[in-house]
Amino acid sequence: MASESRLYRWFNRRGWSDIVLAAPYVWLLVFFLIPFLIVVGMSVATRTPTAPPFGYGGENPLLNFEGYHRLFTDDLYIRAFVTSLVNAAVAMVLCLAIGYPMALGLTKVDTGWRNILLMLVILPFWTSFLLRVYAWMGLMGKNSWFNNLLTGGWNWLVPQDWAVTSIPMMYSNFAVVLVMVYTYLPFMILPLYANLERLDPTLDEAAMDLGTKPFGVFWDVTLPQSIPGIIAGGMLVFIPAAGELVIPTLVGDASSPMIGRVISDEFSQARDWPMASAVAVVLLVLMVGPTMLYSHYQARAVGADDPK
Amino acid sequence: MPKDAAPPPLIRVENVSKSFGTFQAVKNVSLTIDKGEIFALLGGSGCGKTTLLRMLAGFEETTGGKIFIDGQDMTGVPPWERPVHMMFQSYALFPHMTVEKNVGYGLKHEPMTAAQRQDRVREMLDLVQLTPFATRKPHQISGGQRQRVALARALARQPKLLLLDEPLAALDKKLREHTQFELMSIQERTGVTFIVVTHDQEEAMTLADRIAVMDRGEVKQIGPPGDVYEFPNSRFVAGFIGSITALEAVVEAIDGVRTRLAVPALGGPVQARSVAGLSVGQTVTVAIRPEKLAISRAPQTGDNVFEGEVKDLAYFGKDSLYRITMPSGALISVHAVNARRSAEGERVVDWYDKVWLSFDPTSAIILTA
Repeated sequence: MASESRLYRWFNRRGWSDIVLAAPYVWLLVFFLIPFLIVVGMSVATRTPTAPPFGYGGENPLLNFEGYHRLFTDDLYIRAFVTSLVNAAVAMVLCLAIGYPMALGLTKVDTGWRNILLMLVILPFWTSFLLRVYAWMGLMGKNSWFNNLLTGGWNWLVPQDWAVTSIPMMYSNFAVVLVMVYTYLPFMILPLYANLERLDPTLDEAAMDLGTKPFGVFWDVTLPQSIPGIIAGGMLVFIPAAGELVIPTLVGDASSPMIGRVISDEFSQARDWPMASAVAVVLLVLMVGPTMLYSHYQARAVGADDPK
Repeated sequence: MPKDAAPPPLIRVENVSKSFGTFQAVKNVSLTIDKGEIFALLGGSGCGKTTLLRMLAGFEETTGGKIFIDGQDMTGVPPWERPVHMMFQSYALFPHMTVEKNVGYGLKHEPMTAAQRQDRVREMLDLVQLTPFATRKPHQISGGQRQRVALARALARQPKLLLLDEPLAALDKKLREHTQFELMSIQERTGVTFIVVTHDQEEAMTLADRIAVMDRGEVKQIGPPGDVYEFPNSRFVAGFIGSITALEAVVEAIDGVRTRLAVPALGGPVQARSVAGLSVGQTVTVAIRPEKLAISRAPQTGDNVFEGEVKDLAYFGKDSLYRITMPSGALISVHAVNARRSAEGERVVDWYDKVWLSFDPTSAIILTA
């Protein structure tokens, strides 16, 4: 113990503890705050045909808020924001509906199986994300076995008049949501599992003992205690899904783009950096609330401030 | 029914067994518990006492035998339909509910109005003296208070039977003594039958009207604390409850109420109270509790007097524990009250003193099992 405390004293005297504590702040400053300020700065610049394609002042006002003005008046941007938030919200709800039973099931199986199943949840990450999206594109395409199977099922179920030759899945918000649910499902399952796994099973027994049937036990005991996990998992799906670029670009409907694609197009195709920056700034501001909600509940889900 | 017939027992456990795979946790246990009794299941860890409790609560199905509660066969009755509530060792309070909500939780299944429910919760909180803490969450109260919330919650629905799993294990020593008496007084006021599972013999002795001593899934002895302590029926029970010196002996003569035993460890014959079924020449165990021995430096004569030397001495203040070496090399424990005040170094009996031990023939226990 003595040597340990000497080590700590040396550590503190030399200011190492300050450095260690400062590291995350420096990280945030260098890789988040400064880039963010650059983007904010860009968002109030004026588009020019120079390189880089923006500038301040000249014949235009020093600070140009045209980007923000367009953003709130041109319904292309408003629609893109709405599409993004709705798609992300739908994906989040579907992930919750699929992920909650899976996470709960994981806590009920014995340890050997649990580790295998947990590995299976993470396994898709071992393959390139892009490859997996391309695989979905293949599956959803008009002549794939998957589409044929669904088409066959549809034609068998519905009256003849409604029969179709194939189900149009690609290049739609349906496809975007489907692939986002597939991609982000582990981000819902893992925090939920971490939350549910820590719940005391004797609480379930106590509720049963006091006259509650198993479904009621879930409702009274399990669900309220898993709210931190639901919020953490929900935000972990919602936040990246709202800003998603690759999925809507590859499988989405180009006529109703999501906001990530708008930012990308403004930057690379329209070369309107100030406009793209304005959109990015507004997206970030919209995400501040959910992010704060997430970090608050993420700590509770893993029990950092466990009341016990 | 004749007028003076005893009421039927509240709980009847008939030849109950429970196996987990090849492991037999409970073996053919039968017992009855009367209404209003405090009954203790006492045993070491893994003796099956908790499994038996869980079968009474309905969390485990019996693999053999039947349990009747108030005459009703409990086979296949799920926990939520049993008139039995449990106080869990960890208390199992719902962390997201206030003290009040916890206590009232079971009442939502009762046909009561909201006002009646609230009255009942208030009454329960009053019973355990937690009214000022009604709106706190479990993590905002102390361990002893949590225990009382758990008790109030389990009693709120007026169960026929309350199961208490190691009710005092999580409390510190001072609080434990106080809570013991509180539990007893609450039991008296409510009249609910208690089954207490414990590994702590003192807890079982002070709380219970009757104790069942369990070992490896079997009930070894059932009886009031005094019977189990003074008249153990086996070496296991004698050794498990209290401390005891057990010595090998051979029956030499049986003379009515007295039996003479040859005890090589003591170097002489021992006179003991006869028990049924003994025969001359039979090998038995003679056991004697440390507090039943008298220790003296003055030479003694008569039956059951043996000479030895003080090998060890533990001074506890109000009493002392001596370990006496006999000429045979055997060690005998003696527990004696320090009735006289004496300074260090002036003790009545001190290290390496030659002493005489004596005991009454009724104090020696003959054990054949």
